[in-house]
Amino acid sequence: MQIYLPIAEMSVNVFLLLGMGGAIGFLSGLFGVGGGFLMTPLLIFIGVPPAVAVATEANQIVASSVSGVLAHWRRGNVDFKMGAVLLVGGIAGSTFGVGLFSFLRGLGQIDLVISLSYVVFLGTIGMLMLVESLRTMRQRTATAGKRRKLHQHTWIHGLPLKTRFRRSKLYISALMPLAIGFFVGVLSAIMGVGGGFIMVPAMIYLLGMPTAVVIGTSLFQIIFVTANVTFLQAYANQTVDVVLAILLLTGAVIGAQFGARAGARLHGEQLRGLLAVMVLAVCGKLFFDLLVTPDDLYSLGVAR
Amino acid sequence: MPGAALRVSFLAACLALFGALQAAQAQSMVADLSKRLVAITAGFAGTDVLLFGAVEGDGDIVIVVRGPDRPVTMYRKSRVLGIWVNTAQMTFQRAPSYYAIATSKPIAEIAPDVVRERHEMGIDALRLELPTAKASPNVARDWRRGLIRNFQDSGLYGKEVGSVAFLGKQLFRVQLHLPSNVPTGAYQVMTYLLKDGHVVSAQTMPLFVSKIGIEADVFDFANQHGAYYGVIAIAIALMAGWLAHLAFRKG
Repeated sequence: MQIYLPIAEMSVNVFLLLGMGGAIGFLSGLFGVGGGFLMTPLLIFIGVPPAVAVATEANQIVASSVSGVLAHWRRGNVDFKMGAVLLVGGIAGSTFGVGLFSFLRGLGQIDLVISLSYVVFLGTIGMLMLVESLRTMRQRTATAGKRRKLHQHTWIHGLPLKTRFRRSKLYISALMPLAIGFFVGVLSAIMGVGGGFIMVPAMIYLLGMPTAVVIGTSLFQIIFVTANVTFLQAYANQTVDVVLAILLLTGAVIGAQFGARAGARLHGEQLRGLLAVMVLAVCGKLFFDLLVTPDDLYSLGVAR
Repeated sequence: MPGAALRVSFLAACLALFGALQAAQAQSMVADLSKRLVAITAGFAGTDVLLFGAVEGDGDIVIVVRGPDRPVTMYRKSRVLGIWVNTAQMTFQRAPSYYAIATSKPIAEIAPDVVRERHEMGIDALRLELPTAKASPNVARDWRRGLIRNFQDSGLYGKEVGSVAFLGKQLFRVQLHLPSNVPTGAYQVMTYLLKDGHVVSAQTMPLFVSKIGIEADVFDFANQHGAYYGVIAIAIALMAGWLAHLAFRKG
């Protein structure tokens, strides 16, 4: 059954979109990431214009993050104070990012920047996660009980505006989460992702937040950042396809529920290792596409 | 059966045309389309339009369909530090957004180069101009080929010349296919009657391609009220997420 997407201006099979939404929703529920880093490249791959894919995916992530955050909230795994600080940075960053997106689109370099961002960030994060999870798995079998220090003191703790984040058991400068929020906001607008795959490791490794509250808090702020991206893309570029978003999110919200349930049965290190492998696979595919000689050196610019 | 209905209406229309043709001796060709409006609705997956007509006496038929002209920006990639990057840009001032041609005989046998170029018959004869200051003839040719190749790959320029079928000596018909990604706008369908390499009769018919119903409403709303559209899109997403949570909370 074909459906015509009014903004993407193309006709796609309804079940393909529902299936894509479901599969990626499952993975996003499993790993606690928005799934945008998988969905956006996939949408571009099936022929959706990159500008429409990025903007529409932001809209879809709003929905999957809401259903995800509600589940975490009930378990008390959302640090609202930390979320709010990240969010202030995120709104500023995503607003800047949408502007940057329009500018790069005018230059004809947006596809390259999208691909390069994916390669650089997915590659780095994927490698770090893989190394970390392999090390933890090996350590656990060797020395069973070496207690981790609650926090380590670094230069980060010397920054001003120190704030207490009770739920995260942290007393750190608010500048750090603000900066992380801004940076992820920019990526969110350019890459069409929620930014969970950057936000989650940043919260664990840079801020030192306990793993339990990381996913809920990251989902909480992603809702607002992606809502901001959706609004700005709809307002400035008219690239949000509501019909496409509804089809994807129908599959995604259902898939995410099953994913979250499956995730509860796996160990943290195993999850991190699996996510790392998946992230590296997407990164490798995009990197390969940049290296290989394209079929046609000439390409059409954006119509709008 | 839409095919059968189409055939019946085609025959009826041909008879009517035939009558018209005999009445007006001066006019040596008439043609019409099975529809003048192509509606892009929610289930749109491309469509066929039937062109049919009749000629008085001998002659060959050339049919050209073109979508509204638009400026087209193109990029060319080259390798920079191992990766492929858009390094050159060129803008054609006008290029048809859709182009297809159908003929009753191979075009080279019907029309000489001069005629083909004047009427832009065939993809080779399309006038796709680049600012001369920016591109030498050689370079311009490469860009032009690139544009045609890209449009052909997306299905908007016909890869092959269609064939106009004659039923007997006077009636002709051709099925025109519009793919699902056709741009909207006012199309022109030109029918030429050629004799001995000259155009002896020509007729231009408009064909409108437009979004109809909910597709059109969504598109117009998105373009005219971007802010409200954005708010509604977010509201739908919030509702959907909340509903999913409710639906799965108990299970």
